[in-house]
Amino acid sequence: MTQPTVATPSAHLKPQIIVVGNGMVGHQFLQSLADSDQLQNFSVTVYCEENDLAYDRVKLSSYFSGATKADLAIGDAEEYASWGLNVITGETVTAIDRHQHKVITDAGTEQHYHKLILATGSYPFVPPVPGHDRERCLVYRTLDDLHLIRDAAVNAKSGVVIGGGLLGLEAAKALTDLGLQTHVVEFAPRLMAVQLDAGGGDMLQHKIEALGVQVHTNKNTQQICAGKETFHCMQFADGEQLETDLIVFSAGIRPRDELAKSSLLETGERGGIVINNQCQTSDPDIYAIGECALWNQQIFGLVAPGYQMAKVAADHLIGGAMSFTGADISTKLKLMGVDVASIGDAHARTPGARSYTFTDEHNEVYKRLIVSADNKQLLGAIMVGDTEDYGSLLQYMLNGIELPANPDTLILPHYIADGSEQSGLGVAALPESAQICSCHDVSKGAVKSAVANGCCSLSDVKNSTKAATGCGGCAALVTDVLNHELEAIGVTVNRDLCEHFAYSRQDLYNLIRVENIRSFSEFFNLHGKGQSQGCEICKPAIGSMLASCWNDYILEDQHVSLQDTNDTFLANMQKDGTYSVVPRIPGGEITPDRLIVIGQIAKDYNLYTKITGGQRIDLFGARLEQLPPIWQRLVDAGFETGHAYGKSLRTVKSCVGSSWCRYGVDDSLGLAIEVENRYKGLRSPHKIKFAVSGCTRECAEAQSKDIGIIATEKGWNLYVCGNGGMKPRHGDLFATDLDKATLLQYIDRLLMFYIKTAERLQRTSVWMDNLEGGLNYLQDVIINDSLNIGAELEQQMQQVIGSYQCEWKTTLQDPQALKRFRHFVNSDTPDNNIRFEEIRQQISPIKAEAINIISDRSA
Amino acid sequence: MSVNSTQTTHITPVTQQEIAQNWQTICHISDLVANAGICALVRDQQIAIFYLPEDNSVFAIDNYDPIGKANVLSRGLIAAHGDELVVASPLYKQHFCLRTGRCLTEEQHSIRSWPARVTGTKVEISAP
Repeated sequence: MTQPTVATPSAHLKPQIIVVGNGMVGHQFLQSLADSDQLQNFSVTVYCEENDLAYDRVKLSSYFSGATKADLAIGDAEEYASWGLNVITGETVTAIDRHQHKVITDAGTEQHYHKLILATGSYPFVPPVPGHDRERCLVYRTLDDLHLIRDAAVNAKSGVVIGGGLLGLEAAKALTDLGLQTHVVEFAPRLMAVQLDAGGGDMLQHKIEALGVQVHTNKNTQQICAGKETFHCMQFADGEQLETDLIVFSAGIRPRDELAKSSLLETGERGGIVINNQCQTSDPDIYAIGECALWNQQIFGLVAPGYQMAKVAADHLIGGAMSFTGADISTKLKLMGVDVASIGDAHARTPGARSYTFTDEHNEVYKRLIVSADNKQLLGAIMVGDTEDYGSLLQYMLNGIELPANPDTLILPHYIADGSEQSGLGVAALPESAQICSCHDVSKGAVKSAVANGCCSLSDVKNSTKAATGCGGCAALVTDVLNHELEAIGVTVNRDLCEHFAYSRQDLYNLIRVENIRSFSEFFNLHGKGQSQGCEICKPAIGSMLASCWNDYILEDQHVSLQDTNDTFLANMQKDGTYSVVPRIPGGEITPDRLIVIGQIAKDYNLYTKITGGQRIDLFGARLEQLPPIWQRLVDAGFETGHAYGKSLRTVKSCVGSSWCRYGVDDSLGLAIEVENRYKGLRSPHKIKFAVSGCTRECAEAQSKDIGIIATEKGWNLYVCGNGGMKPRHGDLFATDLDKATLLQYIDRLLMFYIKTAERLQRTSVWMDNLEGGLNYLQDVIINDSLNIGAELEQQMQQVIGSYQCEWKTTLQDPQALKRFRHFVNSDTPDNNIRFEEIRQQISPIKAEAINIISDRSA
Repeated sequence: MSVNSTQTTHITPVTQQEIAQNWQTICHISDLVANAGICALVRDQQIAIFYLPEDNSVFAIDNYDPIGKANVLSRGLIAAHGDELVVASPLYKQHFCLRTGRCLTEEQHSIRSWPARVTGTKVEISAP
């Protein structure tokens, strides 16, 4: 620009973008702009009416089953700051001056814009029945709404949700989580009338009623007045009445278009800000995205189309060519634990449409396929009780894949297919462009290239493509694509443990249990092949499984040669061939006398001492032959082996909790000691760590452990399958507000299930990622006992707990075992290769090269 | 228990000639650990001795792990890979052949092996 320009106040400034609304869609807009790397070219101001930044509204009901604000949060103040955004919370934009290009807020501020993005969302519709504005008549939309519901529920026994749609059933779940006797009142003759037909609605109602929620359909509420027994009495058009303490309206949404209307932007007859394919309103400098926008006479009440609009608007601002061309409103969800899915033209409105229906009243499954008149195209589908085929069917519809000759086979139970692949439902038929994961927009082609680049497991694919890491509903489909691709490139997924056993670890474990196998040699005689010596893969693995099952003394004659050196010598080998000594210090609590014992031993044997990350004390530099006398002194002082050497329970980290801490809610220390003593010695596929925090301040960092426990006002929250290590992972919230008995029951079951089913050396996190259905499946197995194995798992854990022995104590009583701790079988000379230097007033191994020099000189 | 001294050693002929006469008793058979190793000091040499009770055989190789640079091989796991018997170093898991001392993963780090046998209840090694 060589031409001189007349300076105006804004000429030196970057283009101003104002975003009104910081919900899920508003956030996605900011994210898209940030992803484009052009954010720095704009000056962006965001108005957020609520005090909280964007959060996951779809998962709102989890707020009552233990999720925190932080769990739901999507928008992050620090991240926004790093993007250079000006974010203003708790302030509402009340007017747009289109002429002067500025917005005015309820705080009286005025702000100029070049481009304005309206992401104002929608509000819950409250039917104007008399009494709708009574106290304890609430809506279900925001975190603030949830707080009001929670407060109103304090002294309530029952609650009613008006509206049996998708959100209404979510709200009903929230009320049941609050412990209320819950009713759903629906005007239409069935639940989820938009997505389901009569058969599907009936099946859903039946299943939900079985969960203790009473459903009232065909109910027209005429008036809400004071009740006799309860706070409200609802009076219906058919003369019936329903008494309840609390009412939540969830009768649909209406677009928040009042700003648009007052500034004379074009809106629809029944509301909604009219937009074009670039998401521009009738004023090209103003965009509207999400539930406030009306595209082609349609309002989309789902988040995915809103996200798409956000991406399109951001793209258009930076000169891209994306456009919004409508969105598929197929949906699959779990409502109160019931699987429900609806695809495409679920009501068979397409002329000539025909349908196939399958009902299984025994297993409570309803499925319906809607196909074109020529029987070749899938138009829509409904599934209740079994949504396993959702992913495949959706692809049939979206990609116009020709149906097999008998489309009904697509919804018939799998066992009809005679064990073979179901006809035509293979993933092979899907085109590369088929979207496999809708949360992260991952195509079949992307999964395929991930496999070509070396991904061999579901967990690999998740890490590489993000597929199946959102709602997780596509995990089965991703697995199908993965397996198909692996086969296609000639990879036979060999799950044999090693050349000596043609079984997976899980198979081997089951054989040990079922055939009551007690030793490696017995196992090899029954199921092994090749040399009976076995190898460094199968011996420790089977040694570990035998220990998990029977908990024999690990150094019994038949077991001793199976163990890696650490297990053989009950200590961790260090780089110079010395060992570390780590006594168990449950919960990190230790008396001064015992501290002195450890200190005295370290001094007498000149050991290096260090406090570990797991709240224990490491003693380093013990030579093999020193281990027994050191341990004799420790055992005499009341210490037990810490299993620092085993694939087993290591430590249970803890804060002091309510015993000392001003903020402690419960006795985390007492619980930590109790669980450490409960599971000590438990051998498992990988090492296991626990932590217990006494409050949400989380000083024990429980969420980074395999098992994390955090005290709440109402009990204990359980987090599972986190870990540190090379790939750190936070644990997932598994269950909330548990009493101690239930907590221990869940942990017993979960750990035993892990021990039974994980691969060798597989961490709990990878194990869970590889379970089809992930966390939800695990919750189903452990909490709902869906496999009916809970009692068995608990009993097996009880056997391990009941047969605990301190391995060092047993070893010290066995003269034969002690003989192995000599460095030389024929001499008392110490190993002359072990040399130390002094660093920071303690011993440290001399580097090997330095030792060679010393040896050369002395030779 | 029959004693079989012929099948216990497999080393190169040259070495065998050199040291064939130097059998010396190291320890009693009860000092050995079945299917695992122990360590003996033979004229300032650290030697790892592995015992397979199945055919009453013993194997002797250097105890020094030249990769981990520590005297630890006697504390490794015995493993069969195909027909080959190896010990996996407890430090970094490289495989050393029990019969020859050959390092299967890094040939240049191969170690020495020594003739060894069980005679009656005695464990004998032939070392210079």
